[in-house]
Amino acid sequence: MTERVGGGRYPGYDVLSKRDGQSWNDKTREVIDARLAVDSRPAFFSADEWKTLVALCDRVMPQPEGRPPAPLAAYVDRQLLKGKTKGYRLAGMPQPGEAWKRALAALDEVAQRRHGRTFALLTEQDQDAMLAQMAEGSFESDVMRGMPPKTFWTSHVIHDVVGAYYAHPSAWSEIGWGGPASPRGYVRLGLDQRDAWEPEEATPGHEERAARENSHVR
Amino acid sequence: MRQFEDHDAVDFAVVGTGAGGGPVIAGLAEQGFSVVGFDAGPYFRPLEDFASDEAEQEKLYWNDDRISEGANPLVMGGKNSGKSVGGSTVHFAMVSLRFRPEWFKSRSELGYGADWPLDWREMWDWYGRAEKALSISGPITYPWGPKRPRYPLRAHPINGAAQLLARGAEAMGYAWTETPLATVSSPKGDSHPCVYRGFCRFGCSTNAKQSQLVTFIPRALAAGAEIRDLAMVGRIEMGRDGRVSGVHYVRDGRWRVQRARAVVVAGYAIETPRLLLNSANDRFPDGLANSSGLVGRNLMSQSNQAAWGYMDEPVRAYKAPPSTTITEHWNYEDRKDFHGGYCWMAQGPLPIEAMTIITGSKGLWGAALHEEMLRYNHLAGLKMVGEQLPNENNRVTLADDTDQYGLRIPRITYSWGDNDKALIGHALDQMSLSLEHVGAKDIWRQDNDMNHLAGTARMGFTPRDSVIDADCRSWDIPNLFICDGSVFPTTGGVNPSLTITAIAMRAAERIGQLARRGEL
Repeated sequence: MTERVGGGRYPGYDVLSKRDGQSWNDKTREVIDARLAVDSRPAFFSADEWKTLVALCDRVMPQPEGRPPAPLAAYVDRQLLKGKTKGYRLAGMPQPGEAWKRALAALDEVAQRRHGRTFALLTEQDQDAMLAQMAEGSFESDVMRGMPPKTFWTSHVIHDVVGAYYAHPSAWSEIGWGGPASPRGYVRLGLDQRDAWEPEEATPGHEERAARENSHVR
Repeated sequence: MRQFEDHDAVDFAVVGTGAGGGPVIAGLAEQGFSVVGFDAGPYFRPLEDFASDEAEQEKLYWNDDRISEGANPLVMGGKNSGKSVGGSTVHFAMVSLRFRPEWFKSRSELGYGADWPLDWREMWDWYGRAEKALSISGPITYPWGPKRPRYPLRAHPINGAAQLLARGAEAMGYAWTETPLATVSSPKGDSHPCVYRGFCRFGCSTNAKQSQLVTFIPRALAAGAEIRDLAMVGRIEMGRDGRVSGVHYVRDGRWRVQRARAVVVAGYAIETPRLLLNSANDRFPDGLANSSGLVGRNLMSQSNQAAWGYMDEPVRAYKAPPSTTITEHWNYEDRKDFHGGYCWMAQGPLPIEAMTIITGSKGLWGAALHEEMLRYNHLAGLKMVGEQLPNENNRVTLADDTDQYGLRIPRITYSWGDNDKALIGHALDQMSLSLEHVGAKDIWRQDNDMNHLAGTARMGFTPRDSVIDADCRSWDIPNLFICDGSVFPTTGGVNPSLTITAIAMRAAERIGQLARRGEL
């Protein structure tokens, strides 16, 4: 990873420090424990598809240093293994598993055609350029078999990959969200009000105070 | 819970247990009828089954396969569907508003859409009953429309995002108020007061929310109704006399038939027409109750666009119900150059939704998205609920693909008209201005969102202009009723759930009267 992302806006805050407190009910603990236990290995995708998917996830959602990484490719993989549908398919879209297989094959096809290597072996710059084309809708490959790239980007790359990142406690800690809150809930609701079990943001010159406050969050 | 055998002909089979089905099941059971309420999803126990987690709680949505197309295809899921006992009331935002009276006669009084065969004064009474049944928490005086009784429970405190709505509205000279909400602000029955955890749209794990799960469904069970969960109804059975005689449903992988003397369909604006169309037979080759050709037509959504910005101070809008203040100014102000109205409310998106809004509007990903999401706690938004006009070409038909039950899936076609676009543009300008007034920075627009559904089995005055009459009875088949948001001829500029509830409570009473008089 060349760039640093998600800098320490909420130093010392780990939403998981609240796991055993009043803000997490048993069902939440069960669900998040299972999410954190997912192995970063493919069960739905082939080994080649997996490499491409991992490379895509690393660029679409590079992960901050200093926090446990979310196994994004594995989350995508497990959803597809379960045959999960999302309630609608837009025009030109096949079922989710088929959509992903086409898109990953297309990324490799274009990478081979342009650079003579698979997508996973490209430079980050070249990977980003191809992903940007997909996001904008100008990505072209026969392997897509008519699937609109922009729709794939929104319906699957954003929904499945980025959605999985913001479902992970590391992301919650990064952005300073209070996290699960049942049954305790919140008391101080107004503008610029914070309960003691919410993280404090580091403002310039007060990073240490924020870190101290955040170390007490339970 | 009382249980019925498939071969026992019950008085009523009700398909769906949401805002339409719940009050009908309870209302008919309380009048002494035998009732089975079917739901395709599970019967959740919130205290044990609900996590505080956006991703896990997608289990509440109707995520089965559908095709969505048109110039503005609908995104189906959490904002417009439910697949569990209680339907979408299990995860709705609890916003419980009355229609503006003129909307019941929008064709004759406002010059657009279609008239309803219901009188607003009668509806005002039913709204009052619905607000009591759902223990709505609301303001002492409501700033718009005819006088209404005091809300049953006091209003909730307002959160940071809602304070900003109020400041902005005051700067623009518009009235605002606390949003009437279906979550209790004081103990009520088995419900403890709301703890302001902010996960309302992902299922209430403390049972403060007055969804069907803690209101009409327990009433229905106490009155002897059966709720049959995980039971997907795929076809309505018809006898040789041209009357419906039961429902075909699949449960535990086996197709069965529940005999019934009458059927009420309450599956909402996609599944209701899908079931009627999938029930076509020799006598009704175009689907049941469809002599008008209007089943599946005039699908309406509501505009749910928003303006967003960032405040210098933390807002932490994730706390409390998502919308604790509202302005209905533009629902009651007619000096504008388009038809229909809209309201706007404060917003409190949780992280995945915030990301979806930001990526959808700004196209960010990678490091740039990380940077933007670091401002999450400073995000403030105003989101509209706006009227979209009925159009016969916006519709639900059947695709050739089939789902896991072997049933043909819905094809949903949706495009905005010029009026819809004009209304959205007006609202986005207004909401952006309000954010400017409170000092929000880097204001941006979310111009692509839609939410609630209506239409596809509209009520009306004649068998030619509508699918059902004012009592929710189909014109074509005397013992077939439809009772959910699909009966709306127009959708108004407020969230529809309270109106669906009020219509369903009324329908239960009317259907009971018809049955007792031997007129089914």
